Amino acid sequence: MLAEIKAADASRRVSFARLASMREAGLIAIILALCIAMSFASPHFLTWGNFRAMLMSFSIEGIVVVGMTILLIVGGIDLSVGSVVCFSMVVSGALFLAGLDPWTASLIGIAVSALIGAVMGFFVTVVGLNHFITSLAAMVIVRGLCLVITKGTPLSLFTLPPEFKAIGQGNFQGVPYVIIIFVVVVAIFDFLLRRATAFRKVFYTGSNEKAAQFSGIKTNQVKFWVTVLCATLSGFAGVIYMARFGAATPTFGAGMELNVIAAAVIGGASLKGGSGTIFGAILGMALLSVVTSSLILLDISVYWQDMIKGCILLAAVSADHFLHRKKS
Amino acid sequence: MSDAPVLQIRNLSKAFGSVQALSGVQFELRRGEVHALCGENGAGKSTLMNMIGGILQPDEGDILIDGKPVTIASPAAAQKMGIALVHQEIALCQDATVAENICMAAINARRAPLMNFQQVHADAEKAMNRLAPIAVRTKVADLSISSQQLVEIAKALTLDCKVLILDEPTAALTETEAQRLFAIVRGLKQRGISVIYISHRMAEIFSLCDRVTVFRDGRYVATEAIEATSPNDVVRKMVGREITQLYPDKLPANARPGRALLSVRGLSDGTRFANVDLELRAGEILGIGGLIGAGRSEIAQTICGLRPATAGNVVLDGKDVAIRSYADAVRAGLVYLSEDRKGSGVFLDLSIAANVSALDLGKLTGRFGLLDRHAEADQATSLAKQLGVRMAGIDAAVSTLSGGNQQKVAIAKQLSVAPKVIIMDEPTRGIDVGAKVEIHRLLRELANQGVGIIMISSELPELIGLCDRVAVVREGRIAGELETGQLDEETIIMLASGVQPNAAYEGQAQNVA
Repeated sequence: MLAEIKAADASRRVSFARLASMREAGLIAIILALCIAMSFASPHFLTWGNFRAMLMSFSIEGIVVVGMTILLIVGGIDLSVGSVVCFSMVVSGALFLAGLDPWTASLIGIAVSALIGAVMGFFVTVVGLNHFITSLAAMVIVRGLCLVITKGTPLSLFTLPPEFKAIGQGNFQGVPYVIIIFVVVVAIFDFLLRRATAFRKVFYTGSNEKAAQFSGIKTNQVKFWVTVLCATLSGFAGVIYMARFGAATPTFGAGMELNVIAAAVIGGASLKGGSGTIFGAILGMALLSVVTSSLILLDISVYWQDMIKGCILLAAVSADHFLHRKKS
Repeated sequence: MSDAPVLQIRNLSKAFGSVQALSGVQFELRRGEVHALCGENGAGKSTLMNMIGGILQPDEGDILIDGKPVTIASPAAAQKMGIALVHQEIALCQDATVAENICMAAINARRAPLMNFQQVHADAEKAMNRLAPIAVRTKVADLSISSQQLVEIAKALTLDCKVLILDEPTAALTETEAQRLFAIVRGLKQRGISVIYISHRMAEIFSLCDRVTVFRDGRYVATEAIEATSPNDVVRKMVGREITQLYPDKLPANARPGRALLSVRGLSDGTRFANVDLELRAGEILGIGGLIGAGRSEIAQTICGLRPATAGNVVLDGKDVAIRSYADAVRAGLVYLSEDRKGSGVFLDLSIAANVSALDLGKLTGRFGLLDRHAEADQATSLAKQLGVRMAGIDAAVSTLSGGNQQKVAIAKQLSVAPKVIIMDEPTRGIDVGAKVEIHRLLRELANQGVGIIMISSELPELIGLCDRVAVVREGRIAGELETGQLDEETIIMLASGVQPNAAYEGQAQNVA
């Protein structure tokens, strides 16, 4: 026993879940294997252009994944992320068309997204509904708002000033700003989630809410703020999409929540709360993206894509379940 | 009818990965006997029961029923062979009614497409009323834990079984309920039903059982007729060493404990209890006894700000403290250890270190709101060492620990804030004998260091053996306070129940020590 304590002494490290890092290593291995296989199958796969396209395709959604992962860890879920992304776009776009400068309009778009999060947080923590139902209602209501604001037609924003569009379309020394923003957001939140005291409370609350309360943690506050954070990041993603597309379509983002939740779960987040990492979730997203890209390069009909993604999700969760059961 | 034992286990082994849970154990159950199975947590009792109940399959060895070797492939197969298993942990459908739970097997076997609720309720009532007057139309979620345990037992009794396995059935029961259960077990025995009785409580085993088998570390140690052995002997076989003294020394009678550490005056919550006065003095361990549901946990939680109070005040270490939330209590130096270890005591899937830090993250927070991982590791390492937590390392998940060690982690969490007073709610429930003794010693050590200890317990020997003073709660009021010299089981039961104890009561009178 003394030896064990000494061993613990020697490591002097508190890693949150060795299992999670095992999972991340496994995902990296699968992604690498896929990439190697694809490099033989298609000469276009291992090119900077293809990688840039893949990264671009999941960068903005990746910001939403960050929020969703933290929300899953606290034991919540948000089905409204796609609607909120769209709402942020539409509100910012409409305000810009009404004469506001695009930066202020974007800030307002992000702020109203946060407000939607606060309303959901209110229903979850004060009224006592669960995240699933609350966000399901929000998903539909917010989508409806998007249609009301735009009267159902896309807002054309080609008049956006070039320095704003650059966020979505420009690049710094060949690296798109979108990717830079994505990497920075992921790095910040991955670090905070592992190290910051405030985010440790997220794990406590998600792992065992009652025990967290019995440790003096105000779990309702934690859940409220994480709900707000997830919606805010969705709003942030929305304005980047606006800059990228130079348009705001009222149907944009429909179904995004499923992709985002799938990525987080493949990356190790549990729907029961208490576990998950942002790095893992991003790897989950990368895996889905590599698969999509491979299917396109292999000339497989797009109609197959959803089916294959679904199977990957099922396989990942089954593997996890199997490993967990073996362990206990 | 043959003379073969109704159930026989020969040379049974089971491994989980690299851990050998059982190696070559034997066990024999005669017709109509109550056979106790003892061993510390991790001795392999539950593993064996799960194999008899068809939940796990043995790696090698034989299970014989009525002398014939059998394979028990599933819980349903076990039921068909007449084996009923009542788990230690409650496994009822919380949202269904008592009747629906009790009659689950019958409903499952029913061929008609629609439910016959009349019959379900009648059958359930018949089964339930033998144990306790619990309304069968109540939702299980609305019942107390002890009532749920009784429903679980009633459910097993509806199966037409010849072997009934009870895994710590009295862990959550009050004395009266336990007595009623014992009467039923004796009745079953007379009808020729055999019972395997798993318990840590020696008094129960010695009043109820015919024989006792002891396991230690996955191995068979011995089987003895109950007349031929003694509680001390069984405990010795369980732990494999002599436990000379089960309880640490109390305060000497002449040493009046010091100043008042905590005094509670006129505390009420408007529903469960009223006008509670308590005083805890430095150096003593104050016990709180009473029946389950008397309001003991509610009083403790209200003192600590986990539940709102409607009246009363709390003076901690001479200072009037206003406690509105648990965070206030912790800041003032008052902490509460929950009775429900897995439900609200520990974070099972988080690391030991993360568990220990949960109570005061502020202390471990460095610049920029970041957690100081070295400080966290140091704190967890030193507390784990102080409490003797057996673990692979401080970053192992708490779920990998045994019950006793999980509880030590929960206590380490309380100690991390250097509290003035700790209120412990059933700190040794469901913990094996060895860990229990360690926790008792630890509580006494803390008391000697001047930390105020209040311990709520349903186990009378524990209250009497460990505490310097015991306050007994009945129906939300302090029914009486007993000093060391006045502590005995009868007086406590009398105060707790408000009636003279039943003359037939014999079980708990035998003290382990």
